[in-house]
Amino acid sequence: MMPIGHYLFLSLALFLIGVIGVITRRNVIIVLMSIELILNAVNINLVAFSRYFGDVAGQVFALFIIADAAAEAAVGLGIIIAFFHNRETVLADEMDLLKW
Amino acid sequence: MLDSVIFYFFAGIAVISAALMVTRRNAIHSAVFLITTLLATAGIFLQLRAEFLFIAQIILYVGGIMVLFIFVIMLVRLDVPLPQIRSGLQKWIALFVALTVGVEAGVVIFLARKAPGQGLLIPNPAPADKLPPNTEELANSLFRSYLLPFEIASVLLLVAMVGAVVMAKKRTEAP
Repeated sequence: MMPIGHYLFLSLALFLIGVIGVITRRNVIIVLMSIELILNAVNINLVAFSRYFGDVAGQVFALFIIADAAAEAAVGLGIIIAFFHNRETVLADEMDLLKW
Repeated sequence: MLDSVIFYFFAGIAVISAALMVTRRNAIHSAVFLITTLLATAGIFLQLRAEFLFIAQIILYVGGIMVLFIFVIMLVRLDVPLPQIRSGLQKWIALFVALTVGVEAGVVIFLARKAPGQGLLIPNPAPADKLPPNTEELANSLFRSYLLPFEIASVLLLVAMVGAVVMAKKRTEAP
C-alpha cells in the first residue's frame, strides 16, 4: 500500500498547475478549465483520505464536488457566451465593462 | 508493488498533460489535454478502489463537462495569433504565488509525514480484498447520512441549468 503523502503531493502538483493557469492565461475558457483542474486535484485528496480511513464520506464529498463543477461550468460557459455576443472576444483583458 | 507502478503511471500522465494544458496556445489542444488529465485521475480513483467515482468521473467530467467546453470553444472565435499568456509582470506574480503555496504545502506534508504520533499518522487501510462493495457503501451513505445535501445539490443543479439557459440565449429587444 502506498503512503498517503504520494497522493497529497500529486494533488498539490495539479493544484499548483491550475493556479498558474488561472493567473497567467488570457483566454477565459482556459481559466475555467484550470478551475476544473483545481477541483479535480481536491477530489484526489478526498478519495485518498477516504480510502485510508476506511470511511466512505470522502467519496460522497467528491461526488458533490463533481456536481458543483458541472454547475459552475454550465453557468460560467453561459456567461462567456453572453459576453461573446456583446463584445466579440473571450480575452480576460477586454472584460472591462464595469470599470470606469 | 503493482499499486505503486499503477499510481506512478497515472500520476505522470496527469501531471504532464496538466502542464501541457496550461501552456498550449490552441484552446482545443488544452481541452484535449485536460481530458487526458481527468482520465488519468479516474485511473487513480480506481487504484484507490473508488469504483463508483471512477465511472462518475468518466461519464460526468469527460462525457459531460468537457463536451460542453469543446462546444463553447467551437462557438466562440478564439484569437490564437494573439499572445495567450499575459504580459511579463503577471507571469512573475503567478510563479511567485505558485512557488509560495507549493513550498508551504510541500513542507507541511513532508514534516507531517515524519512527525511521530501526530499529523499524517493515520490508520492502516484495509486490504483491498476486505473492502465492502464500493457502490453499495456510497449509496448507503449518500441516501442515509447525506440525504439533505443531496437534495440541495439537485436544487443547485436546477438553478444552474436555468441560469445557463437564461444567460446563453439571445437577448431580444424589449418592446
